[in-house]
Amino acid sequence: MKAIVSVFAKDTKGIIAYITALLAEKEVNVLDISQTLLQEYFAMIMLVDLTDCPLPFVELSRFLSEKGKERGLDVHIQRQDIFDAMHKV
Amino acid sequence: MSYLMNSSEILQTIQMIGQQHLDVRTVTMGISLLDCADEDMDACCRKIYDKICRCAGRLVQTGCDIENEFGIPIVNKRISVTPISLVAAACRAEDYAPVARTLDRAAKEVGVNFIGGFSALAHKGFTESDKRLIRSLPEALSETDLVCASVSLASTRAGINMDAVALMGRIIRETADRGPLGCAKLVVFANAVEDNPFMAGAFHGVGEPETVINVGVSGPGVVAHALKECRGQSFDIVAETIKRTAFKITRMGELVAQEASRRLGVPFGVVDLSLAPTPAIGDSVAEILEIMGLEKCGGHGTTAALALLNDAVKKGGVMASSHVGGLSGAFIPVSEDAGMISSVRSGALTIDKLEAMTCVCSVGLDMIAVPGDTEADTISAIIADEAAIGMVNNKTTAVRIIPVRGKTVGDSVDFGGLLGSAPIMPLRSGSAKEFIARGGRIPAPLHSLKN
Repeated sequence: MKAIVSVFAKDTKGIIAYITALLAEKEVNVLDISQTLLQEYFAMIMLVDLTDCPLPFVELSRFLSEKGKERGLDVHIQRQDIFDAMHKV
Repeated sequence: MSYLMNSSEILQTIQMIGQQHLDVRTVTMGISLLDCADEDMDACCRKIYDKICRCAGRLVQTGCDIENEFGIPIVNKRISVTPISLVAAACRAEDYAPVARTLDRAAKEVGVNFIGGFSALAHKGFTESDKRLIRSLPEALSETDLVCASVSLASTRAGINMDAVALMGRIIRETADRGPLGCAKLVVFANAVEDNPFMAGAFHGVGEPETVINVGVSGPGVVAHALKECRGQSFDIVAETIKRTAFKITRMGELVAQEASRRLGVPFGVVDLSLAPTPAIGDSVAEILEIMGLEKCGGHGTTAALALLNDAVKKGGVMASSHVGGLSGAFIPVSEDAGMISSVRSGALTIDKLEAMTCVCSVGLDMIAVPGDTEADTISAIIADEAAIGMVNNKTTAVRIIPVRGKTVGDSVDFGGLLGSAPIMPLRSGSAKEFIARGGRIPAPLHSLKN
């Protein structure tokens, strides 16, 4: 299953390293990354593959959200289908 | 890699959900209770309880799972059932309130937040069972928390059952005397639809399958946000923008509906393409009309603006879903829409203008609080007017009106939660007593003869 991880935060050093380490720990493969700055806010979007991830989706979501909060990051994971459905005919 | 990531589209979706109140308003499971009929009221109630718990036991958890995985809030999980006047017709009982209490208990057991279908279909005339159900309404609605009721009393094909109109005026009066919340859970219809997922008017029609999943989408905030980008532009652009936005909203609803249907093993029925407001700031249909260029919702121009909105929502949504149904359009419930509340408070929005708006919106006079001393005949006359609009224009119209005991124009009433709060609206003077007392049926219009 593919999913989109989105990260929003004030721009600081090491955000990508921190998030990708969390994902690697849960055997989530990163397929694509894009990042932008919206004023002083950092927005990162990642396309990830969950095929090898042993955790159920909801637990992975909770893990990322909690670990994100520890560093002041707003982290969400959503199944990719929702974006596909809304923007592709 | 088959999927190319488009971060601006992804960010747009995330903003729609996070900042513009985009959500799936309801996933509603329709359940047929026709096989629960029994001469014995206790046995009938037992069968109803067991069937609802069996069919909908996983509904709420499944809704929450989908919510978590797709990151899209599903605000309500609900149940609609076969109109109880049909299910309980075989019972040897005068009072149907025990069925309402059973529905309430079952709804609480499975964790849904409303159950609809304490209903009677009396648009051409009453069965004995319809009468029993209607007489049970005041008690049923005041003694339950989650049960919603509806009465169909007119249709384009059958005309208007004026006996039902007269009776419902008295029943609404009586229900109101037991507290305002009862009336917020009771709606009367012209051209009622069998697959509506929205409350208070949801019921599971007799033409529906054993069980079904219907989904109601929402998103006034998203439409409002999109329209802010086209200030000063022509209506062609406005309509196009609404259509594009409605398409995206509906695709999301379709995805959720298909997913819920698959996970629950229950057939998918329809997506209801509705713009349903909430009392939250930025989630208002009135605000959309104002963004189109009106100083206040309710002023001249409001009906035209709403007509455009209602039509564009359908046009945008219809291609995004495999099956569209329910009420589909823009709702204008006064107490549930911050912009409408503000317009009523300032005097810009009156009951007359609301009535005109119901000619072009998806339903009718909805969540309108009126003075506590409003006569039953006046309520009936309001219902008759609204039913006439529905009958002649071949559309669904409804009345959900709340006479609030001890309150008068200038006061306000708070229903709490999604039901919001409403200023008491002034009504027209002049009695309709003799008009309502006539009874009988207003014949169906000529254009009902379509065959």
